[in-house]
Amino acid sequence: MRLDLLATLNAERAARRAAVVVTELASGAQRLVREGEVAGDALAEALQAQIRSGKSGVVETEAGRFFLELHLPPPRLMITGAVHVSQALAPIARLLGFDVSIVDPRTAFATPERFPDVPLYAEWPDTALARLKPDHWTAFVALTHDPKIDDPALEIALAAGCFYVGALGSKKTHGRRIESLKKRGVPEPSIARIHAPIGLSIGASSPQEIALSIMAEIILRLRRGPEAKP
Amino acid sequence: MSKLDEDILAAAEQWKREGRGVAIATVVETWGSAPRPVGSHLVIDDQQNFLGSVSGGCVEGDVISAAADVIESGKPQMLEFGVADETAWRAGLSCGGNIRVYVEKVD
Repeated sequence: MRLDLLATLNAERAARRAAVVVTELASGAQRLVREGEVAGDALAEALQAQIRSGKSGVVETEAGRFFLELHLPPPRLMITGAVHVSQALAPIARLLGFDVSIVDPRTAFATPERFPDVPLYAEWPDTALARLKPDHWTAFVALTHDPKIDDPALEIALAAGCFYVGALGSKKTHGRRIESLKKRGVPEPSIARIHAPIGLSIGASSPQEIALSIMAEIILRLRRGPEAKP
Repeated sequence: MSKLDEDILAAAEQWKREGRGVAIATVVETWGSAPRPVGSHLVIDDQQNFLGSVSGGCVEGDVISAAADVIESGKPQMLEFGVADETAWRAGLSCGGNIRVYVEKVD
């Protein structure tokens, strides 16, 4: 590996951007494909499939055998709402390797007693998310039921290109939310990316089961992309 | 990928900048039960200092000696280890898996 390639790779990883080291096994020829370059790459299809799988591996292509070494940032989950569902969602997400943070300006909800070991931000979402900096490797979930808290956070998460954006609430609630987001100037294709009603349809009823259905939907989007059916 | 792996590649870059000869060994394929997943790294310098792992410790010795050749020659090597391999007694994988390890020089 060339030192300049290694240095660029380390810089990309430090910046939480995905990168793939592509090594042609026959010749040893090597190059780095950065996150923004995947779609335009000669091996785009193989790279995209590999990235979705989340694992490094050898691929056979018409151009030869390549080792695709993935360097993906650890996924994060950001939640607005220090609510009952979040109390179950946080440990499930951590078990699956996500770094979890919870934002809720209502200090009665955001207490360490209710959320041991989870980073809590008892702040408005615009303040907290400005520091947390959601990105493509972040899932965002709005759970407060309070548009004053959820709507500004949804706007930020959509603009940041979070790979998953979900919002709790009935179809009726979501209808009102769509109108409110339009008024805030959020583009309609972005609004259409919101998963609502939230979670896979598994008949979840308790807060814990709802948390499981949300997490299953997040994993589906992480591994299979935005279009795949469950 | 883990934070530990990140440190390993950062160490490889730093060692090289310090003027050491450096090789990176990477698990590229596994069959059966392998102790470390594809993409795991072992970084080796020309004084046989190393960081990381490509197995549970069973094949590291052979990888480190191959790394010395790779640092010397500059030519990458593909190493294969497994119970069915003729090196089984010397550097077999007691877990019953097979792994392929790519060793390359940082230059």
